[in-house]
Amino acid sequence: MIEISHVSHQIAGASILNDVSLTIPRGGITALIGPNGAGKSTLLSLIARLTPLQGGQITVDGADVTTTPTDALARRLSILRQDNSVAARLTVADLVGFGRYPHHKGRPSPEDHAYVEQALEMMGLHPLSGRFLDELSGGQRQRAFVAMVLAQDTDYVLLDEPLNNLDMKHARQMMERLKEAARVSGKSFVIVVHDINFAAAYADLIVALKDGRLHSLGTPEEIVNRPCLRDVFELDIAVETVGGHPFALHQIAPEPLVES
Amino acid sequence: MPSDSTASLPFPSQRAMQVKPLVILAVLALVAVALFLTLGVPAGAWEFALSFRAGKLAGLILVAFAIATSTQLFHAATRNQILTPSIMGFDALYLMIQTSLVFGMGAMATLDIDPMVKFASEVLVMMGFSTALFLWLFTARSRDLHLLVLVGIIFGTLFRSLSNFISRMIDPNEFVVVQGAMFARFNAVNIDLLWISIGLTALTLPVLWHMRHQFDVLALGRETAIGLGLRYRRVMFAAFGMIGLLVSVSTALVGPVTFFGLLVVHLAYRILPGARFAPTLLASSLIAIITLVGGQAIYEHVLGLQGTLSVVIDALGGITFLYLLLKGVRR
Ligand SMILES: Nc1ncnc2c1ncn2[C@@H]1O[C@H](COP(=O)(O)OP(=O)(O)OP(=O)(O)O)[C@@H](O)[C@H]1O
Ligand SMILES: [Mg+2]
Repeated sequence: MIEISHVSHQIAGASILNDVSLTIPRGGITALIGPNGAGKSTLLSLIARLTPLQGGQITVDGADVTTTPTDALARRLSILRQDNSVAARLTVADLVGFGRYPHHKGRPSPEDHAYVEQALEMMGLHPLSGRFLDELSGGQRQRAFVAMVLAQDTDYVLLDEPLNNLDMKHARQMMERLKEAARVSGKSFVIVVHDINFAAAYADLIVALKDGRLHSLGTPEEIVNRPCLRDVFELDIAVETVGGHPFALHQIAPEPLVES
Repeated sequence: MPSDSTASLPFPSQRAMQVKPLVILAVLALVAVALFLTLGVPAGAWEFALSFRAGKLAGLILVAFAIATSTQLFHAATRNQILTPSIMGFDALYLMIQTSLVFGMGAMATLDIDPMVKFASEVLVMMGFSTALFLWLFTARSRDLHLLVLVGIIFGTLFRSLSNFISRMIDPNEFVVVQGAMFARFNAVNIDLLWISIGLTALTLPVLWHMRHQFDVLALGRETAIGLGLRYRRVMFAAFGMIGLLVSVSTALVGPVTFFGLLVVHLAYRILPGARFAPTLLASSLIAIITLVGGQAIYEHVLGLQGTLSVVIDALGGITFLYLLLKGVRR
């Protein structure tokens, strides 16, 4: 599990995260939600030691992220950032191949190739594997970056808005496959999603951040309801139940509640 | 958990595709070397000409390697393919260090020091400066490339002006000592420093070989590299340390050449698209050797011209730079 205790973060004097403590359980999908600027990406990059911790402590299965050797951590935890680009000119297969670097340090074995194959397969990238990244559409590129992170084959996978740019089919497919991977191999995914209904349908746990603080944490039913969403997003959202999951009708303003 | 097949992956075939261009480049480089050694040697003067030219040849090859390598390391470390150490004023920094030394100690004193010791200490100072300066510039979160281009040009101008300024304050007699270093001159390689330059450059080879995969990861950018477990700061230090050393070596041997690195490295990127650090480095070094050695052979021994090659090369490189800027700086 990932234990975050008393984490605070400031950038240029402005408080970005404020005494955040929470535990992300091992196995399953945890969704991180909250308005723009709530601090979701900041929290993920602190967990993944991309940004040095200023205050507090974060451990991944007991390993402190600031003191654990970075290459050992890379075999335990991987991260997809919100905005991805690489300067180098790479093919999809090469990019995904880099996901294996923490394991082979430059000399890929047949086993590494097999993991790359599997990740390409999982993201439906086989027909595109020889293409250069700058020859792909936005959604195709997004899938390539997700495939790279999946090829890293870590117990913990942090995905910052993995559904960015994806069409409906690929968005649903990705969530289904992550759920499946969590079920079959016990992996833990921490996912930032803006479409609350994906969180409601696929997450085991939802964590809501607001203004750099932990707002609330609970099952989809506990978080995806009208009062809670109104509090987190400052938006009135009608919530129905569809197929056993709460389903937020966030695209349209709801009928005002009838005063009694 | 992974499934079976490995055959369909593009890795082996990509390697095969790289062999042919590399072999062709190697053959061309050999031809350039042969031309340089043999063109226009008067009958009966073989022994003298060969021994004289061999030293110069070694110098040119060293410069070719140093410029190609430092440029490519710089590109990997800074996530851009437009700026190069010399565009960022690295060579001017070296000249500034050199001029300051003459200014501080007086030309006579600098002449008294063993040139090896002097050179080695200049290289050390340069490595220190370059790591400090560029770690400060580049380890921060990814910066806007246009801003970096601007900063680089300002730095380059600053270093050049400072070293000019210092050299004005130097006694005219002492100025002669540094003046020679300020202009590129492929026809007059500084042979005195050849051995120590070979030694210093040789130091980078095992490091380059050992870290070649790490430079591939470095080129993915800071966050991705750290996510893949790269010891980012250490690799950046190694990269900028070597850049400082290699720029010192090439500037000491032939003087500053602004756009040459950009030219050869971009040709290599074109010839081996999407290739890894090591094969690309091989290609860019070979291209640099072909251009420098071959060009110098034709200039000196066929056209009988002296010292104008650097102008031609810089003009070509400058056009490349403009082309890349106009094409749109995506990276
Ligand atoms: N480099 C920076 N300098 C100053 N402020 C920053 C910087 N990076 C982030 N911030 C601020 O930190 C806060 C949290 O940013 P963060 O990216 O973590 O938000 P987020 O929850 O991921 O938002 P989004 O949903 O838009 O991705 C924001 O208010 C943002 O303006
Ligand atoms: Mg974000």
